[in-house]
Amino acid sequence: MTIEIKTATLSTIRNTYEHTRRRFGDKPASRYQEASYDIAPENNFHYRPLWEPEKFLNDKTRTAIVMEDWYVYKDPRQFYYGTYVQARAKLQEVAEANYSFFAKRKLADGLSDEIKEHVTRCLLPLRHMELAANMNNLSGCAYGTATVLTQAFLYNGMDRLGIAQYLSRIGLLLDGNSGASLATAKDYWMTDPVWQGVRRYAENSLVVRDWFELFVAQNVVMDTLVYDLFYRQYDKKLSAEGGADIAMLTEFMQEWYRDSCRWVDSVLKTTAAESDANRELLVQWVDAYREKAAVDLAPVAEIAAGEDAMAEALAALDKRLQKSGVISRAAAA
Amino acid sequence: MTATKLNLKDRYRLLTRDLDWEYSYQNRKDVFPMEEFEGIKITDWSKWEDPFRLTMDAYWKYQAEKEKKLYAIFDAFAQNNGQQNVKDARYVNAIKLFLTGVSPLEYQAYNGFAHVGRQFGGVGARVACQMQSLDELRHVQTQIHAMSHYNKHFDGFQDFAHMHDRVWYLSVPKSFFDDARSAGPFEFMVAIGFSFEYVLTNLLFVPFMSGAAYNGDMATVTFGFSAQSDEARHMTLGLEIIKFLLEQHPDNVPIVQRWINKWFWRGTRMLALVSMMMDYMLPNRVMSWKEAWEVYFEEAGGALFKDLARYGIEMPAYAGTAIAEKEHLSHQTWSIFYNYTHAAAFHTWMPDEREMDWLSEKYPNTFDKYYRPRFEHWREMERAGERFYNPTLPMLCQTCQIPMGFTEMNDPTLVSYRQSVYKGERFNFCSDGCKDIFDHEPEKYVQSWLPVHQIYQGNCGGADVETVLKDYYKMNLGVDNMDYRGSPDEQRWKQWHNLQSAEDKLKKAS
Amino acid sequence: MSKVYIALQDNEESHYIVEAIEEDNPDATVIYQPAMIRIENEGFLAVKRETVEEKMGRDWEVQALHVNLITLGGNVDETDDALTLTWNQ
Repeated sequence: MTIEIKTATLSTIRNTYEHTRRRFGDKPASRYQEASYDIAPENNFHYRPLWEPEKFLNDKTRTAIVMEDWYVYKDPRQFYYGTYVQARAKLQEVAEANYSFFAKRKLADGLSDEIKEHVTRCLLPLRHMELAANMNNLSGCAYGTATVLTQAFLYNGMDRLGIAQYLSRIGLLLDGNSGASLATAKDYWMTDPVWQGVRRYAENSLVVRDWFELFVAQNVVMDTLVYDLFYRQYDKKLSAEGGADIAMLTEFMQEWYRDSCRWVDSVLKTTAAESDANRELLVQWVDAYREKAAVDLAPVAEIAAGEDAMAEALAALDKRLQKSGVISRAAAA
Repeated sequence: MTATKLNLKDRYRLLTRDLDWEYSYQNRKDVFPMEEFEGIKITDWSKWEDPFRLTMDAYWKYQAEKEKKLYAIFDAFAQNNGQQNVKDARYVNAIKLFLTGVSPLEYQAYNGFAHVGRQFGGVGARVACQMQSLDELRHVQTQIHAMSHYNKHFDGFQDFAHMHDRVWYLSVPKSFFDDARSAGPFEFMVAIGFSFEYVLTNLLFVPFMSGAAYNGDMATVTFGFSAQSDEARHMTLGLEIIKFLLEQHPDNVPIVQRWINKWFWRGTRMLALVSMMMDYMLPNRVMSWKEAWEVYFEEAGGALFKDLARYGIEMPAYAGTAIAEKEHLSHQTWSIFYNYTHAAAFHTWMPDEREMDWLSEKYPNTFDKYYRPRFEHWREMERAGERFYNPTLPMLCQTCQIPMGFTEMNDPTLVSYRQSVYKGERFNFCSDGCKDIFDHEPEKYVQSWLPVHQIYQGNCGGADVETVLKDYYKMNLGVDNMDYRGSPDEQRWKQWHNLQSAEDKLKKAS
Repeated sequence: MSKVYIALQDNEESHYIVEAIEEDNPDATVIYQPAMIRIENEGFLAVKRETVEEKMGRDWEVQALHVNLITLGGNVDETDDALTLTWNQ
């Protein structure tokens, strides 16, 4: 009897916070929901930013995309901080094992100079592109709306820094920690004609102010092409030409890309489904950036993965866009 | 080929600093357009040193380890109904104030550090700010999760984000962070990274969290100390950025000094809330606000400013006033909230005899002289069934937005008022510090969204206070607000512990 | 000279770290507070990897200190071998 009373008096007085109750109903909410929905400041900002006096802090108009409710998005991975870092720690653990195996067994010694040189020219310069991707995703976090999106941008931005660091470590494995391969790779990035298109695309993206446009330029167009070209096609080619051990070092990037696609696709899909105006804007952006990227990436795509590589990568992009309900006119034509 | 071992510093340089490059297709100023308007001169970003040299792989690894431990405790806390183990339910009101007042600031810090983590031209500083942004997101989310269980058993937690944007006393912390975020990137770093993180947050997180442990609140102490483990990195970032700015150009020194003065005072005013949490809201007390202030500001801050003297940096202006206020701050702030508890989403109460004795002992110079008699009078009124609530709406300070209730330090019976006239309009302040801040940037502070003005202007959904509280703030009246005694929180607490008030017993007997 | 300080969560792992700090900084003061351990010293304090490893009987990275760290005061320098705190004045 006493036990019954105790149970009764300890019963909860509410199931969840009000912000999650209003949105998802009166039932226990998930940790993802409680920590992601309706927690950003929205009203009664005290001062206009000195750095952008025409807007408020957390202003919803820092993109031309319009959503009636910015919280219709949902990260399919349901990443909040805790689930995010634990997922990445798992990938990191595997990567660490691969990198130390590679080092311990001196697998670099088994690679021909030709392969090493090719990797230095075709793969390592991407570490700089990843830094641009890091900054572009930070823009999405800093100027975007709704935690469901902004947190995912931050995770993505930090992932890109991590990838830039893994790419740098590939260089260090190849050059015995001297950093010489990284210096050579940076030289390619700065002066090699085959890389100048990619570098121009990256630098141009850094001055884009509309954060959603940046998402399209970076996470949709550039990333789809780059990850298909370098982490699928180039990887296959390397394996065929005696560089299979390198694949062990890019496993992180491949796994990460699959994971990131789930989120990127869902954002595209939800945005396009919101209104014709949004869909039209997305198509315009996709067309413009697809056209630029196709030209800018073509030279390095060819030396990395062959003559047909660019066409294959563009096909991968178009397929992805179609699935998300954003059909590029260039692809349709 | 034999690989040489890379030390942490060289490795960090190759893995982070070296990722950046000189732009050829765009102008650097267009990529980082916010670096110059504050007048700060940066001649060489490469001189920036990040002391922790953390790469992402290590970040994921150690942070995941922290999170795993933390959530294991949250789960255990919920499964075992850990909320029953707090010392007494009055304590829970301190963490209501934490969730509604502090956690949303973690959110703002997440936003603010993402902004500077994009805008700084130096890759080392940029990346350190990005990691801090990510940590701040961690803090707000772990706090929401830690309090999630309390929310199921106590009132006042349920609408923290909605309230933070609207409720009168929450505009104190909100305006503090809005102020920092709307400033330029370097002022933001001095405001939050240095003045707040390095000089002041220890006062919030360290003694208060130790207090949470001492009051049986396993969930709060766990998130508090786990958050603090990131804070050590943040404090160091704040100190490094200050040193960097001071070393870059002598013209930066007076600008930084003015920011330190401003943000020290702004922070001190906001911590008034913490002072009363420590002295009045922890049933088991670890140390008084005054003692904490002495350890974490006078001693630790003193050492810091002594170290910065070589750059020509002095103790913040009004540090003297703040030091004098340590004897009064918590008592005056608690009085304000005791007066206005009918309009707050947490409960207040008068300390019991034992607690008053503790306050007398800890504040021998002031408590018996100025505060105990007033508190005993209020307690008498309460016993006579006339618990005192102040029915008027208070006048707020234009800068810190706290109701005018702080006194002159040379006469603690006289409320301190200052005024300025700007474009023919009169503005009111609680202190010289707040007036100075306004006078330097009046065009900023005339914008303040002052909750009382907004109510009077009809912008909060009604003219009478009750409508504002109920509909605009979304408070459950008679539940979230008013004195702890007689609250549903108190009733439930007594049921859990089979305690019956004398009144209930009488009722039952009749 | 001002005091530098470090505070750690009061747990098993920290006890080894505190033991190492005490050995390497014989003048340091160790203060036990609820759930935390605060260690302060005039001007300088070092947490050395080698000593912590010796106390724990296993490999330990300096960066792992952050898992148990609550706060610190002083100019920080972290290398593979040690974390040091200093005040110049």
